[in-house]
Amino acid sequence: MKKIWLIAISLCLATTGAAHGKETVRIGLISPLTGDVKTFGESSKNGFLLALEEYGKTGKYTINPIIADDKNDPTEGANSALKLITQDRVVAFIGPLTSKVTIPVSEIATKYRVPMITDAATSPKVTVYNNKRKPYVFRACFIDPFQGRIAATFALKDLKVKTAAILHDVGNDYSRGLAEVFKSTFEQGKGTIIAYESYQKDDVDFSALATKLRSKKPELVFIPDYYNKAGLIARQLREKGVSAILIGTDGWDSPELTKIAGNAIMGSYFTNHYSPERKDKVAQKFIDRYRALHGAVPDALAALTYDATMILLETLDRVAKPDAESITKALSVLKGFHGVTGTISFDKNGDAVKSAVILRVEKDGPRYVTTVNP
Amino acid sequence: MELLGYILQQLVNGLQLGAVYALIALGYTMVYGVLRLINFAHGDIFMFGSFVAYYLIAKWQMPLPLVFMITMAATAALGLLVEKVAYKPLRAAPRISLLITAVGVSLFLEYFLSLNALFTPNYIAFPRPFEVVDYDLSLVEITNIQLIIFSVTAASLLLLYLLVYRTRHGRAMRAVSHDHETAALMGINVDATISFTFMIGTALAGIGGILYAFAYPQINVFMGIMPGIKSFIAAVLGGIGLVHGAVLGGIVIGVSEVCVSAFVSSTLRDGVIFVILLLVLLFRPSGFFGKRREKV
Repeated sequence: MKKIWLIAISLCLATTGAAHGKETVRIGLISPLTGDVKTFGESSKNGFLLALEEYGKTGKYTINPIIADDKNDPTEGANSALKLITQDRVVAFIGPLTSKVTIPVSEIATKYRVPMITDAATSPKVTVYNNKRKPYVFRACFIDPFQGRIAATFALKDLKVKTAAILHDVGNDYSRGLAEVFKSTFEQGKGTIIAYESYQKDDVDFSALATKLRSKKPELVFIPDYYNKAGLIARQLREKGVSAILIGTDGWDSPELTKIAGNAIMGSYFTNHYSPERKDKVAQKFIDRYRALHGAVPDALAALTYDATMILLETLDRVAKPDAESITKALSVLKGFHGVTGTISFDKNGDAVKSAVILRVEKDGPRYVTTVNP
Repeated sequence: MELLGYILQQLVNGLQLGAVYALIALGYTMVYGVLRLINFAHGDIFMFGSFVAYYLIAKWQMPLPLVFMITMAATAALGLLVEKVAYKPLRAAPRISLLITAVGVSLFLEYFLSLNALFTPNYIAFPRPFEVVDYDLSLVEITNIQLIIFSVTAASLLLLYLLVYRTRHGRAMRAVSHDHETAALMGINVDATISFTFMIGTALAGIGGILYAFAYPQINVFMGIMPGIKSFIAAVLGGIGLVHGAVLGGIVIGVSEVCVSAFVSSTLRDGVIFVILLLVLLFRPSGFFGKRREKV
């Protein structure tokens, strides 16, 4: 009796083994699904899942995705990374999105030797610290020294302004890095920075700064911060009668920006990773599919996460064994990947060398203005 | 002339912020008066008021006077609930237990309300039910938001003054802040008076929440932390337990914050407030209007 049971059970196990022919690989995503930049997280999750869905049709492995919410908080991000690495045992992960969360997470990835591709963290400190490259960290987007520089150059050459003011979040590496690059580029181009002001993350009252700028009359104000702060600041600037042109950075890319700022931000500019008006086969296919699934045009965060995930999945299929070391080695020589946001190649620091676009905020969405190549 | 206009403009900005701080500080000071307790959850009740107003305006499009009344009722109800559940059972306990409980209530309100099913931890754009209008008074410019803040705060202060100094309930509140036992001997229902004081204080915080959201239209469950701390410092600065102290303290803190941001450096605006607290505690711990308590 017992022997028959044993044979029956082993037969069942054998057949299930045959049905699940593909090996399972666990991949993580760290994203701010809640918190002050939740639209970034939502878009990013959509891009990630869309990429997995497409990969699932022809890919070599079955992907088991594990999504963690970092709440745009460095401590939460670090905890999520530790959980993904030590408990869920992911072979690699995508994200986080914001530089301030990604910098501590990149340290953890380096310590545990798990490859990660950040979709949108632009601070140079993510891949390089103290002149040392972190070998397991890659990024699918451009970096802030490039972004700040093109914002300042656009202001000087295209908008033809000679005076500018900068408002930045002093506690945020992203904001501070961009402000510094903008200042040096603008001054090198013979412009004058007539006000270089900072504020804290939790500040809501900008009336004093707005009145100060009203009296100093800059032609342009640079606000390198996330959409929730930028919207609040823009509103108060306009209320106090500051009529300068406003220019921002990729943190502005959210449908919530115009909801918060209303008319105050119309006609302002910001640098970004891609424009949905991009005429490219891969981009068009992605935009159509995203629009069919989610009823909205994908923003840069969705597109970047899609690209980062596709890079990882393609590399996964190419290497002999799906383990951290092989994937990392393959990623470090990635060249000419045709993504939604452009052609991506990792340089010696693991940063993507890509073009940027400048968009203008309009009532029905951001409008493409121009492309700037590296 | 230009400089004078600039200074006056910054003073107006400071008054706008100071008026809201004064409203919140009143809640702290009144509760301290009757209970000798610093209600650290007060900043979170202020946040609750902003959120209630948000739902009333955004989801049900209620007219403003109704929004004010319902929000005040809601924050008063929350204040009453907190008092009955968290503070009343500890009336006889040592003061440190009450303090820790207050911190606990504060954290509970913040994190419980940040659940996705409730207020969510996201930053929500607060819909102002009117357009901003600028009034040019040659030297300064005032917006209608600032006028609303000043007038509502002034009206609230006037009503509060009348309540505390011209009614029996007010007399009961003043008596209970002096001495619970003697007040009870005089026939005052101490429990009811304490609850009543809580409700008035939190209703004022509710008004403050609406005005703050009008001025800075972005709300979030953790928005009450900083204004709560600054209003507490304002109450201490003016003399904790004294109504006029809270008003003066609120205005001083608001104006200092704006002036430091405008004339010194915007990064130091929070730091300066804490330096003020240090100086007050070192040199005049009973506050500006406070009397030196006799050590018996």
